[in-house]
Amino acid sequence: MSSGKRILVKGNDAIGMGAIKAGCRFYFGYPITPQNEIPEFMSRELPKIGGEFVQAESELASINMVLGASALGVRSMTSSSSPGISLMQEGLSYMAGQELPAVVINVVRCGPGLGGIAASQGDYFQAVKGGGHGDYHLIVLAPASVQEMYDHTILAFDLADRYRNPAMVLADAILGQMQEPIVEREEEVQEPRKPWALTGAKGRPARHIKSLLLKEGELESHNRLLQEKYREVQKHEIRYNELEVEDAELVVAAFGTSARIARTAVSKARSEGLKVGLFRPVTLFPFPGERLRVLSARVKNFLVVEMNTGQMVEDVRLNVSGDASVFFYGRPGGAIPTPMEVYERIVKHYKEQ
Amino acid sequence: MKPVFSKPKALNDAVMHYCPGCGHGVVHRLVGEALDHFDILDRTVGVAPVGCAVLMYDYFNCDIIEAPHGRPPAVATGMKRSRPDLIIFAYQGDGDLASIGLAEIVHAANRGENVTVIFVNNTVYGMTGGQMAPTTLLGQQTTTSPYGRNLNTDGYPIRMAEMLATLEGTSYVARHAIDTPANILRARKSIFRAFEMQVKDMGFSFVELLTTCPTNWGMSSRESIRRIKEELIPYFPLGVFKEKEVADYI
Ligand code: SF4
Repeated sequence: MSSGKRILVKGNDAIGMGAIKAGCRFYFGYPITPQNEIPEFMSRELPKIGGEFVQAESELASINMVLGASALGVRSMTSSSSPGISLMQEGLSYMAGQELPAVVINVVRCGPGLGGIAASQGDYFQAVKGGGHGDYHLIVLAPASVQEMYDHTILAFDLADRYRNPAMVLADAILGQMQEPIVEREEEVQEPRKPWALTGAKGRPARHIKSLLLKEGELESHNRLLQEKYREVQKHEIRYNELEVEDAELVVAAFGTSARIARTAVSKARSEGLKVGLFRPVTLFPFPGERLRVLSARVKNFLVVEMNTGQMVEDVRLNVSGDASVFFYGRPGGAIPTPMEVYERIVKHYKEQ
Repeated sequence: MKPVFSKPKALNDAVMHYCPGCGHGVVHRLVGEALDHFDILDRTVGVAPVGCAVLMYDYFNCDIIEAPHGRPPAVATGMKRSRPDLIIFAYQGDGDLASIGLAEIVHAANRGENVTVIFVNNTVYGMTGGQMAPTTLLGQQTTTSPYGRNLNTDGYPIRMAEMLATLEGTSYVARHAIDTPANILRARKSIFRAFEMQVKDMGFSFVELLTTCPTNWGMSSRESIRRIKEELIPYFPLGVFKEKEVADYI
């Protein structure tokens, strides 16, 4: 519980505050806009509390520094934005294969390529479908406020440790750059024991952490165990928010910044008597597909709003019942849908039903 | 009976998968002797490369992690920064260290990370079947330089020890060969010194070893040993290139 004292914080700083609260003392990162406040915050704060900040030579190096620290059982983190996260996919695949926890923050900007520094949700597929090589998943959280930037960073450390898997906070340039009041958590964060960590083989046999599994059948059974783990994550960790879906005839589905924009549009539609609700996935992996399936038994119209050309909409379509209509509205590459545009789509599709 | 020769405690009894005449076994043994000598086996974590030595965890009695290709110095950095009480060594081949991982080794060295890097240079990609390495000699035939390494198209072989010695951040840099008993003893001394630097918090230590890959050189073990002397050493001179007496750290 907290004292309730509200402080005004920038989204990227809230990430740093959450990480330190979660017990993270080791940060490795490389500059890239629009997340530079995170390494700047960590380089300022970590030395004061006995932590280490390393400005890596590249995102390839930062993710591998995280890999090394994580293998020793300590909480460590890196952050970047889209092009830098692409470089990290190698390390993320290794960590997923080696079952190493880690927290990676992606303050998404627009692409492809160098793209631009404005907010986007174009990295949804990369984040939730694996991203690197091999059959694996990250645990992916999608904050929609500065408070959630803080809370989700702490949650990401907990989930990463619980499932021995890298967890990603999928934010964007707007969430990283805006200021909002937050309430800091007061209760201590508990770190689990890590009996698998490399600590020097004192008084025990040597331990190895690897992902090369050459013995007959070994890799297949390792992959099956990983899938089993992802099913556990799906069973226990799905999180979502709903607003006025109970009597809704059309539900808008959106995550992160898009959900905030959609919320304004939904409120406007409601005030004009349209029965419209909002569904916001908080975990993108695990995706709250089951809840969408249940909702779609009654609601037959969904409008997915994203800051891309249609990524999460595929997961919505996969999960809703066959007779539901799924519409999409999105703007790619740094263009941001306005509440008015979303409202107009709501009205259009509401009437079509 | 008094034993006059035994295996280091740091190595287990597993039969190594390395080819007959391969230099990795010798280098493993020298590293193992250093871990025994400084009595650090139970607080050491090794970082394995991608390459023939990826399986080194099967042979050492210490904790070991497998790093992505070329990234051992970054992994070692993350480890040493978070647990400075542990001894961290990276073991890398020429493709791993001098090609795909060039940025990682140069920057770990330049930051003066207090870790030890053992660099096995056999002028060829071993595990993938004998392709051209950044250290492949001019004229040397490999599966991707079938007409011999050509300076016009492939550039020159990289001398890593010399390059790293120019960086202010390095504390100990040496190159040795494992072709003769005398050279092996020199290599042993340098590997010991490299671990000693780390134990004494002296900063980044690096030992390059010129070794054999009879399989991909298409030579017998004996011919391979001779090639080290006749072809490798003239291009990659042996010696200690740098040795700091006191640490830079304040
Ligand atoms: S391929 Fe070459 S380096 Fe690899 S084990 Fe065989 S001899 Fe050694």
